[in-house]
Amino acid sequence: MSRPRYVVTALLAVGALAAVSACSDPTADQNASGDTTITVALAANPQMKTAESLISDFEQKNPGIKVKFTTLPENDLRPAVTKDVATKAGQYDVAMIGSYEVPIWAKNNWLVPLDDYVAKDTAWDAADILQPIKEIVSSDDGKLYGAPFYGSSSFLFYRKDLAKKAGVTIPEKPTWDQVAAAAAKMDDKAGGVSGICLRGLPGWGQNLASLTTVINTFGGRWFDENWNPQLTSPATTQAVKFYVDLLRAHGQPDAAKDGWEGCLQQITQGKTAMWYDDTVFAGSVLDQAIPQVKDNIGFAMAPVNKTSASGWLWSWGLGITASSKHKDAAWKFISWATSKDYIKLAGAKAGWDSIPPGSRTSTYSIPEYQAAAKSYADLTLKSIDAANPKQPTVDPVPYRGVQYVQIPEFTDIGDYVSQQVAGAISGTETVEEALQKSQTYTEGVVKKAGYLK
Amino acid sequence: MTIAVPATPALRRREAWSRRLPLLPALIITLLLTQIPFVLTVWYSLRNWNLLAGGDSTFAGVANFRATFADSTFWKSIGNTVVLTGGATVAATLVGLALALTLQKKFPGRGIARTLAITPFFVMPVAVTLFWRSAVFDPSFGLLGWLTNLAGLPRVNWLSEQSMLSIVMITSWRWTPFAMLVLLAGLQALPDEQLEAARVDGANWWQQFRRVMLPHLRPFLELTALLLSMNIIQTFGEIALLTAGGPAYGTTNITYYIYLRAFNSFDFGTASAYGLVALVLTIALALPALRLLSGIFQQEGRR
Amino acid sequence: MTITTAPVEIKDAAPVTEKSRKRRRDNDTAHRSIALLGWLGSLLLFSPIAYMLLKSFQTETDAASPSPKLVFTPTLDNYRGAFGSGFWAYAGNSLAVAVVSTLVVLLLALPAAYALSVRPVRKSQDTLFFFISTKMMPVAAGIIPIYIVAQRLNLLNTVLVLIILHIGMNLPLAVWMIRSFLQEVPPGILEAAGIDGASRLRTMRSIVLPLVSPGLWSTALLCCVFSWNEYFYAVNLTTTTSTLPLFMQKFLSFGELYTAQVAAVATVVSIPVVVLGWICQRSLVRGLLFGAVK
Repeated sequence: MSRPRYVVTALLAVGALAAVSACSDPTADQNASGDTTITVALAANPQMKTAESLISDFEQKNPGIKVKFTTLPENDLRPAVTKDVATKAGQYDVAMIGSYEVPIWAKNNWLVPLDDYVAKDTAWDAADILQPIKEIVSSDDGKLYGAPFYGSSSFLFYRKDLAKKAGVTIPEKPTWDQVAAAAAKMDDKAGGVSGICLRGLPGWGQNLASLTTVINTFGGRWFDENWNPQLTSPATTQAVKFYVDLLRAHGQPDAAKDGWEGCLQQITQGKTAMWYDDTVFAGSVLDQAIPQVKDNIGFAMAPVNKTSASGWLWSWGLGITASSKHKDAAWKFISWATSKDYIKLAGAKAGWDSIPPGSRTSTYSIPEYQAAAKSYADLTLKSIDAANPKQPTVDPVPYRGVQYVQIPEFTDIGDYVSQQVAGAISGTETVEEALQKSQTYTEGVVKKAGYLK
Repeated sequence: MTIAVPATPALRRREAWSRRLPLLPALIITLLLTQIPFVLTVWYSLRNWNLLAGGDSTFAGVANFRATFADSTFWKSIGNTVVLTGGATVAATLVGLALALTLQKKFPGRGIARTLAITPFFVMPVAVTLFWRSAVFDPSFGLLGWLTNLAGLPRVNWLSEQSMLSIVMITSWRWTPFAMLVLLAGLQALPDEQLEAARVDGANWWQQFRRVMLPHLRPFLELTALLLSMNIIQTFGEIALLTAGGPAYGTTNITYYIYLRAFNSFDFGTASAYGLVALVLTIALALPALRLLSGIFQQEGRR
Repeated sequence: MTITTAPVEIKDAAPVTEKSRKRRRDNDTAHRSIALLGWLGSLLLFSPIAYMLLKSFQTETDAASPSPKLVFTPTLDNYRGAFGSGFWAYAGNSLAVAVVSTLVVLLLALPAAYALSVRPVRKSQDTLFFFISTKMMPVAAGIIPIYIVAQRLNLLNTVLVLIILHIGMNLPLAVWMIRSFLQEVPPGILEAAGIDGASRLRTMRSIVLPLVSPGLWSTALLCCVFSWNEYFYAVNLTTTTSTLPLFMQKFLSFGELYTAQVAAVATVVSIPVVVLGWICQRSLVRGLLFGAVK
């Protein structure tokens, strides 16, 4: 290229750069008309998608506030928001956070305490929030930091028609032994239908969530009162062996690749007879099941062994980031998205099986919801009430949390252990090997972190 | 250059600078964009910094590095990286070469065939990986299941039991078009006369390939292998979406492991240390390979 | 072809004619089988994407079925959904980032490659190696410093920060590739031009550039694709002003089946790059001209 042409092209490029950067000025969140724009980070779930689609309702009720959404899958949302709050970047005003994160972030002063806002906002009706859910989105000293968007526990989904065909009855409060026996009877390898679908995918929030509840109810626990890991104790070993053996004998093929997504697909497509997982999926399963499955889904409480209940406890909440420059506007959005009125609006506009469940008592008195969700609404409430994060196990524990251990180190420990469990599920190693490795690793982590002396 | 001028030191220096000038903009920008983060990463690796444990970090010295060397999973991920990168690079290069050869000559619909062949590289990786899950790997209904059925082999649990093989398969599938493009451009550069000469000499196709095409293509093949391995080392999406690095960290490569450490456990001190050790290892492996490459370049009479 | 066979025919009688006809037939069969292989290979490579295209026209329930459903009622709902929710803003950003970063990369890489091949600097190998070594640091480790620096410079959530990082990302690739293509230029051409008294820049522009243009096109194509599909920098450094890979993440929801919708979005999002690829591969087809120069 000749020199003049080179120069011209270079200038064009620079010009383009300048033009482009001017168009996307990040500080312009207060435009000419004086509107405040808040940025909300969401996990991509159908309930939040509904909220996004109904945002005009919020903007009408709150003129002067505009809402921009960033929607990410759960695994990407966590790091995106954590990075933002930890470095005080201030990109997000409202963040959707799980009940695992809330106490940790509250301790780090990354979130704004909501009690003052709640006190002033009487229409929000704090007393209506389900108590167990409110507790898990609060800090260790009981202050509210996350407004629950939805709350959930875990229970058993099963195919009524297949159970009948196999001559099996699933009681409302089954035991794991009953479920294992039922899975064996309903397992139809030739017909491509597995007896049960359980999470096998590595991840502290994937296979470890369901497995931990099984460990709890079999009398095992993660740590004893002195923080000695209990992963090789007889009870824990028995529980993990049970889980792995059930999966290998009557579970879905290629189980180590399936998280809740895989099993959700299996049950809606009629490829499995039972599924133990989160109560929030009930609406989705009924909504997306193929015709022959849709009318045949039954629900039961989470299977137990030595405890009287074993369902987990989870909530996605909306919090105000400490680095937000528009905290009041952020609260207005949160208040709207977690209010009674919103639930009614979502039910009317998007359908009653896609409202955010498990957050408020009043939800369960809405007649339309009762009608639409009659097969699972009651059980959901019961499961949430029965979960006890302070002692989910037979023996006392030094930690909080049903399906996780409420310490910051748990993601590290949990990821490692879940990988080994997946190894046992896929046959790469035995259960004993997996647990021994996990025990050693966990010991190292809690020693280094100072829990274990 | 054709005018004879006494080469004084000043003139030589000026000539050296005039040679350097075109290189400088690219070099300076690369330095800025890579060395600043690099220095900061070194800084973080010397600190005890876990985001979740609170904002501030404390000095940790070489503790993170000691932990890295003692971490058996780290070494496992290094091993996995070698297997994955090597396997996928070789596979993609071979298939890419085969395709480039077949798609080089004119035939009806070649343009369409070429466009079809390059699409795996263009489609957004996340999306197409999801489709591989159900369309290819599903034990009952995926393409591979159907093929093994046809061959009378037992059903294979691809993602749980042959997890590394599965990742290698999808990675090489995605990068084959890249290899094909580079090699096609290389084949286009091959003067027709050399091939004609060989054909007149009575060489059959295989001999033409070996005596004329292959030597000509050698630098392109090596360039392809280099660029492929550079990129495949960073493979992340396929692992995250198909196997979550498992089972038992069986498909965790170094990039995924660093990601887990940095974005799942939020332990940036350790993750930075991992990154640096990985960098040193990669350079240590690549240096001899590159020396070999440049040796080849010089041999062929290139400047 | 006829030129080579004619003299042979004259030289010998019947047996050679047979042989030459057989050779031509073999050539034709060889050509046809190569064409067949080419088609087979391309189709095989394309099949997972064909499957994805198929699913994009199905309803979610149909698409969730693990066995391929070839008979179904098609729907355009997924495509309608793909174009909603801010698609055009994201597409505009992706376009700006890809085009601008690729242009700048080419502008920087061409002279740099020249300085490393045609008229090399003294430490060419080391410089080349330096460029490559910048790609060896796993991105996950380097992202945090980048994030913090971008934050300090107020560049988070802008198109500019992505342009800058994509330039850094693609520059080593472009330098290496263009250098390879420049090395293909026979030294004789440059010397001949020198003798003619042409200046170095003129030689570059009028002779060398057309020779390496297929290489430049394929380099530009690859840079555009890498930039277009780039997810990691985008997800870490931008939130609402972002590129298409992030747009696609919106559709990866949980608690819901999303195969068909994702298929539609992926198709829509990939069309521009595929079109670009088709255009570029035509220029690759044009091939080099220097046969004429000789």
